[in-house]
Amino acid sequence: MFLINCPYCGERDQQEFKAGGEAHIERPKQPTELSDDEWAEYLFMRKNIKGVQFERWNHAHGCRKWFNMARDTSNDEIKAIYKMGEKPPTQ
Amino acid sequence: MTQNLRVKSSEFIDETNRISFKFDGKTYYGFKGDTLASALIANNIHLVGRSFKYHRPRGIMTSGSEEPNAIVQINPNSNITEPNARATEIEIYEGLEASSQNCWPSVNFDIGGINNFLAPLFPAGFYYKTFMWPKSFWEKYEFLIRHSAGLGKSPNTRDPDIYDHRNIHCDVLVVGAGISGILAARNAAKNNFKTLLLDEKNELGGSTIFEANEDNKINNNLASEWLKKEINELKNIKNLEIKTRTSVAAYHQYNYLLARENLTDHLDKKDKKNKIRQRLLKIRAKKVILATGALERPLIFNNNDRPGIMLSSAIKKYSNFYGVVCGTKNIFFTNNDSAYESALSLHNKGIKVEAVIDIRENSDAKIIKKISDAGIKIYWSHTIVDTKGYKRISSISIMRLSNDGTSVTGSKISISCDCLGIAGGWTPAVHLCTQSGSKLTFDEERKIFIPKADTKEQISVGSCGGDFELDEIIKNLNYKLKNFLNINKTDFDSIALENDHETSKRNIWLLPSDQSIGKTKPFVDYQNDATAKDIKLALREGFRSIEHVKRYTTTGMGTDQGKLGNMHALGIIADTAGVKMGELGTTTFRPPYTPLTFGTIVGRNVGKFFDTFRRTPMNDWHIKNKAEFENVGQWKRSWYYPKEDETMHQAVQRESKAARQSAGILDASTLGKIDIQGSDASEFLNRVYTNAWSKLAIGKCRYGLMLNEDGMVYDDGVTTRLGENHYIMTTTTGGAANVMGKLEDYLQTEWPELDVYLTSVTDHFATASLCGPNSKKILNKIIPDLDLSDDNFPHMSFKEVLIDKIKCRVMRISFTGELSYEINAPASYGEAIWEKCIEAGKEFNITPYGTETMHLLRAEKGFIIVGQDTDGTMTPNDLQMDWIVSKKKYDFIGKRSLYRSDTMKQNRKQLVGLLTEDPNIVLEEGAQIVSELNQKPVEMLGHVTSSYFSPNLNKSIALAVVKDGKNMRGKKLFIPMENKNISVTVSNTIFFDEENKRINA
Ligand SMILES: [Zn+2]
Repeated sequence: MFLINCPYCGERDQQEFKAGGEAHIERPKQPTELSDDEWAEYLFMRKNIKGVQFERWNHAHGCRKWFNMARDTSNDEIKAIYKMGEKPPTQ
Repeated sequence: MTQNLRVKSSEFIDETNRISFKFDGKTYYGFKGDTLASALIANNIHLVGRSFKYHRPRGIMTSGSEEPNAIVQINPNSNITEPNARATEIEIYEGLEASSQNCWPSVNFDIGGINNFLAPLFPAGFYYKTFMWPKSFWEKYEFLIRHSAGLGKSPNTRDPDIYDHRNIHCDVLVVGAGISGILAARNAAKNNFKTLLLDEKNELGGSTIFEANEDNKINNNLASEWLKKEINELKNIKNLEIKTRTSVAAYHQYNYLLARENLTDHLDKKDKKNKIRQRLLKIRAKKVILATGALERPLIFNNNDRPGIMLSSAIKKYSNFYGVVCGTKNIFFTNNDSAYESALSLHNKGIKVEAVIDIRENSDAKIIKKISDAGIKIYWSHTIVDTKGYKRISSISIMRLSNDGTSVTGSKISISCDCLGIAGGWTPAVHLCTQSGSKLTFDEERKIFIPKADTKEQISVGSCGGDFELDEIIKNLNYKLKNFLNINKTDFDSIALENDHETSKRNIWLLPSDQSIGKTKPFVDYQNDATAKDIKLALREGFRSIEHVKRYTTTGMGTDQGKLGNMHALGIIADTAGVKMGELGTTTFRPPYTPLTFGTIVGRNVGKFFDTFRRTPMNDWHIKNKAEFENVGQWKRSWYYPKEDETMHQAVQRESKAARQSAGILDASTLGKIDIQGSDASEFLNRVYTNAWSKLAIGKCRYGLMLNEDGMVYDDGVTTRLGENHYIMTTTTGGAANVMGKLEDYLQTEWPELDVYLTSVTDHFATASLCGPNSKKILNKIIPDLDLSDDNFPHMSFKEVLIDKIKCRVMRISFTGELSYEINAPASYGEAIWEKCIEAGKEFNITPYGTETMHLLRAEKGFIIVGQDTDGTMTPNDLQMDWIVSKKKYDFIGKRSLYRSDTMKQNRKQLVGLLTEDPNIVLEEGAQIVSELNQKPVEMLGHVTSSYFSPNLNKSIALAVVKDGKNMRGKKLFIPMENKNISVTVSNTIFFDEENKRINA
């Protein structure tokens, strides 16, 4: 079980959190102008990489805030945690 | 047996406290401090079980949690019996009853033993190969296999014991209280780290505590004597918590460990009562020091599994710690010096040691000379090629080993014995280390896997880290502790150490015999009866990956996870396949390290604490009025209110009629309620619902449909505009939490620019829904001041009112098609308002109704229930609800998906009504729908989603999703059931009051 450092509350057990899939996928501002393929790309296509992955997490049983996490999926090492709207760390 | 097999009064055994226990129905005696294993051995019982596959007689092999053979059934005659307990771990208590497993009718005469003589018929993969064909026979095979195999029997009633969970946070966790663990814990605690020290045994000190080797000295004392003093001092150390009988089951990431603390298993039966039996410790440690020690390896040779064949270290522990003699004529078989310590221990107690067989050419350790001086014969460069004795070893045959160790030469010597100690070296207990994700490295010279590297959060000390000799252990411990704890010195920097050193080594994974391997039985996994022969067969049949060989031969897959033989399995595979062991890798050690009871895992979360449940403020009234309840999410909702001996069907028919003919009342408090405020609230609703919200007047209500981004219906409910920037949204009962989460997600991540605040107020309000033609009259009695005319209070509008000075919100909305009002009162007044409605409704025979009637009434009107008539694949169009999707709005959640080629397809499954040809037949929900009866394979067009007998229409009605259903109005379809085909006609989804007249009646 991870120990997750919520940017608003501090270190808490993983069981307080909910994982929310890949981060940095912005909802298109003008969906009607997208082709089926482009919309499908936003809607369905997600990365599943071995290595550092950027993910959304929610402190569901805490402050209920969403934030981002950079996690190495090969060893579950949490490389960084940063707030929504902030840029992902470059390595 | 009257034979006295106790050697001397041991300080760890209380000989004044005699304890009786039963094994296989017979009564025996032992002493407080004995394990079941030591007490049985003291009674000269070695045969304690039969093996899994061949039903070979098996005895006690070890003295710890790694025991593969001596697994027993506790309380065998009780329905709360417990299987697979290790006799080597059970501390005896007054009233203990245990029995052997895997044998029938008894351990001494076992019918399954015939498998042993049929052994050539049971090679690796036997079950896979034999029972595959013919398929139809599988049930018969399974019965036979389950009857004759299987490990023990499971209890068949509820576990009566109490279990508990506890969270622990500490700076340093030390796992294992042998010499390394004790010294590490002492240093950590003394340096102000909050320290927790755990050990699975009931005594601290590990194997050093019963050490008798005079060549191993600390500060000029016997190592064991010195350690006892250290242990005594531990209780004076602040910051140090010690837990014995506590076994770490799992080591997860981020230093999160689960341990089982045994609290009452060792107590007398009468003392166990009403106490917590076991506690699961959930430990989050800043740093973890693993000091889990090492497990002695057996040697793999022909017939190495007879009762009386034991690990050399176990024989030493039984004699030095428990004061119990394992045999009167002992032989040791070894590849290292440690067996000589066991032999000397016995010899010094006056117990006969016949010989030591050593596969090495020689050794110059001091202890060897002591053995020779004692007149004990040592056979160098020899190996055991066979053993004899069915229920107890009676003799061994030895021969000279060839130089390369692959064959034997010369003549065979036979030596009789009743106990054989085997010593194959040591395997560091790295199980927890690998569970944590740490990697191992293989030390080719010493043939051991050791942790690859220590980290800032975790170190391995003592023999689990690969240090076996006293001076080496202490030196490395001091060095590691200083780095790990960031301290300048330890308490043991200048300790004086003296010990023997082992210089001569020889390792042979599979020892040769004079017979061909096909004729031998060298067991590698005792519990699963896997032999070296099986492993070689698997390799011959093409298996290469260690994980595959393991599954095919079942090596290491027993309840002991092959703690003894895994290394030999790897070694034999490497030797046979001609690869290096380090390249072969090792199999994964999975939690738990030793088996856990389900009781410990669930702790207090049983019975009514299994899951949280929620009750509405009117709950007591429902109970008083004999409601039956159903679970809706976590809620307990009134399902129906049976009168006298009414069936559910009768009650629902009565309730449904009453609601349409006069008045009904429903507890709707469980609907999710979200308070929405902020200057962008209207814009926010525009984006989350399919319909338009900007023009909704204050005081008005509107039904909304919410989609997922993929265009599928997600939730629905009525939202009311309370003020310019203030709305109250209702959601489905089951969807409330998810809707709240989804809305927060969009606000925080996609639209942070919107000025909107969400508050879940589900629990703040109690909701009584009045329904039926007389509901207006009832409401008028409760709120006489309120003008209820359609002009002042039309359908889909809201009024804030005072009822007995209590501020309530009344919405005129309807989920039944009847004239209907929802009174929302502050939760604490919910029951009072409800009772007021009941009282006022008496003259109209107001009828409380539950969820079942609510479902029936809405089905008569064709109103959907999200999650029942939809399943995450239905668009508004599929539901024939195009009217609620705004064409003008530029965007809302899911809008773009409604124009995907797939969602626009004509022949999607669509919601329709179904009427049965025979109006009395009620369809089964979930039943499949077809158009042809004779075609094979028949195409499934869809399924029934809701189905009821409508008392108001006096016929059966159903909702269903059917492929291209929109174009099927009037078409005849079939529902094929087990014994009959039911004819149905596709209809409109609205069965009752299609013109919606009753809402304003
Ligand atoms: Zn938080």
